[in-house]
Amino acid sequence: MSTVGAANTSSAAATDTLLQVDNLGKRFGGFVALENIVLSVAAGERVGLIGPNGSGKSTLVNCICGTLRNEQGTVYFGHRKLDGLNAHQRTHLGLARSFQLPRPFVSLTLADNIRIPLIYAVAARRGSHYAAHEIEERCYALLREVGLGDKARRLPRDLTQVEMRKLELARAMAAEPKLLIADEAMAGLTHSEIEDILSLLIRLNEQGVTIILIEHIMSAVMSFSRRLIVLVSGRKIADGMPDQVMRDPEVERAYLGQ
Amino acid sequence: MIVRTPVFLLIWLGICALVFAASIGLNNDYIFFAGYVVLQYVVLSTAWNILGGYCGYVNFGSAAFFALGAYSSVAIYRLVTENDLYGIPIPVLMLIGGVVSGVVGFGMGYLTLRLRGAFFAIATLALAVVLQTLVVNWDYVGGSRGAYIIRPEQIAPIGNYIRYLFLIMMLLAVAAITIARLIEHSRLGYGFASIRDDELAAEASGVPTLRLKLVATTISGALMGMAGAPFPYYIGYLQPSSTFGLDYAVNSIAMPLIGGTTGWVGPLIGALLLGSLQQIATVTISSAVNLLIVGCLLVFFVIIAPNGIVGLIHTYLQRKPEDFVGRRPVETEIPGQVP
Repeated sequence: MSTVGAANTSSAAATDTLLQVDNLGKRFGGFVALENIVLSVAAGERVGLIGPNGSGKSTLVNCICGTLRNEQGTVYFGHRKLDGLNAHQRTHLGLARSFQLPRPFVSLTLADNIRIPLIYAVAARRGSHYAAHEIEERCYALLREVGLGDKARRLPRDLTQVEMRKLELARAMAAEPKLLIADEAMAGLTHSEIEDILSLLIRLNEQGVTIILIEHIMSAVMSFSRRLIVLVSGRKIADGMPDQVMRDPEVERAYLGQ
Repeated sequence: MIVRTPVFLLIWLGICALVFAASIGLNNDYIFFAGYVVLQYVVLSTAWNILGGYCGYVNFGSAAFFALGAYSSVAIYRLVTENDLYGIPIPVLMLIGGVVSGVVGFGMGYLTLRLRGAFFAIATLALAVVLQTLVVNWDYVGGSRGAYIIRPEQIAPIGNYIRYLFLIMMLLAVAAITIARLIEHSRLGYGFASIRDDELAAEASGVPTLRLKLVATTISGALMGMAGAPFPYYIGYLQPSSTFGLDYAVNSIAMPLIGGTTGWVGPLIGALLLGSLQQIATVTISSAVNLLIVGCLLVFFVIIAPNGIVGLIHTYLQRKPEDFVGRRPVETEIPGQVP
């Protein structure tokens, strides 16, 4: 691992650590997908997670969110050990994610898509349910926030690609997360659409939500992230300020070749 | 506007009272014999739909749950007659049958939690085979020879026993559709729908998918068992090969599919339509034609109206391209696009 992030990591540890990944390892048969991943994310941070295809970004997200079980290491979320918890239990704790390929509930309207995390995740965390009209208001408010307010009664199949990604984000936001992991929320979008999503994420961060952005579009990652983590072949090779990380010889080698 | 559950229940009890009075007015006990079977299918298809339609888990073992209810009644009947005990009323037998099948449903859910799609369907089919083998080798309930149940001729205020069975099955059918409707409009219903659409996304949205699936398999199994419990009293002679027969499994899948799987109305319409057709075919042509009718209708609907009769009506009512919220898009309106 490079040393560029050392100063930053220690400063992050000084503030309130929200997510702590210790020595995480994951294998698929003989293939080592992740090896000794160590990282920590402080509350309120905007972190970019990058790496070439197959470097283990999505696997890492899946291990953090409980979709996959890690064989090695531990994940802490707000000082709570997550090992052994199911994905939905982690969502209840305040860990939400959006999927790389949007996975809407196709038979439910947009408003009902948003309703699911509201009646399950948020209710479980609060210990009580929202009243019916409150749920309705929250659904519409969230859809308006991502710019889908006029399509609340539509089905996901009526949406365009960018709208589908916005719905994906809105559903993750509906879980009222402390940490939101956006897995390639901008793939395949035009420049202005990317701007849309970015400003949405920044607004969300300003409301106090910690965000980890996984992205291939470098301009988006660079403008969004305050810290950059680079994965290559299942190992973390850099962690630090974006411009410093991009100058790191090891990162350059991974991205541009020798 | 959504009708409140007590009102919904009252409306259906009113309809039941009318149907029962009309059937008595016709003064032909065959109505009750045929009606019982149709109502039994209403319960079976509604129960199947709670797991199959709402959660998207196709259960091929409906016959097993049905038969478990029936055989729990046989076992109790034998226990009672051998020990000269006081006869147990049918509603209590139904509760026992419901508990037995509910527990087995829970067990099946627990064992097959990680299975999806075709694998789940095959596992339920296997469960039916295993249970049938157990019953065939269980002498106490008659084994492969079958078991006779001698039902009373009359029962106090109602008269002929078949009328009593008909009435009970009608009440169970009302209970089943009320439960299905309650689920549909509740948090549980939304949870089930999210499981049906995308289990991974449901889990990420905080839905405890494993627990909800267990709830679904238990309720579904219990209702099927309740439908099976009075069956020995109806048929008089119970045989494993017919009780575990393909008819029940196929019908309880075909009826919701033909009616529409997304709500409580679909299985009801499908069961009333197919059940009545089958009863008419039985007396006019032959009982062997039944499955042929089901097969043909199923093929027809899968091709013409994959969302069933309810979906067809829904699409028709929502035929407004600019504000389209129906179940199927108007794909033909886009020239050159292959649906």
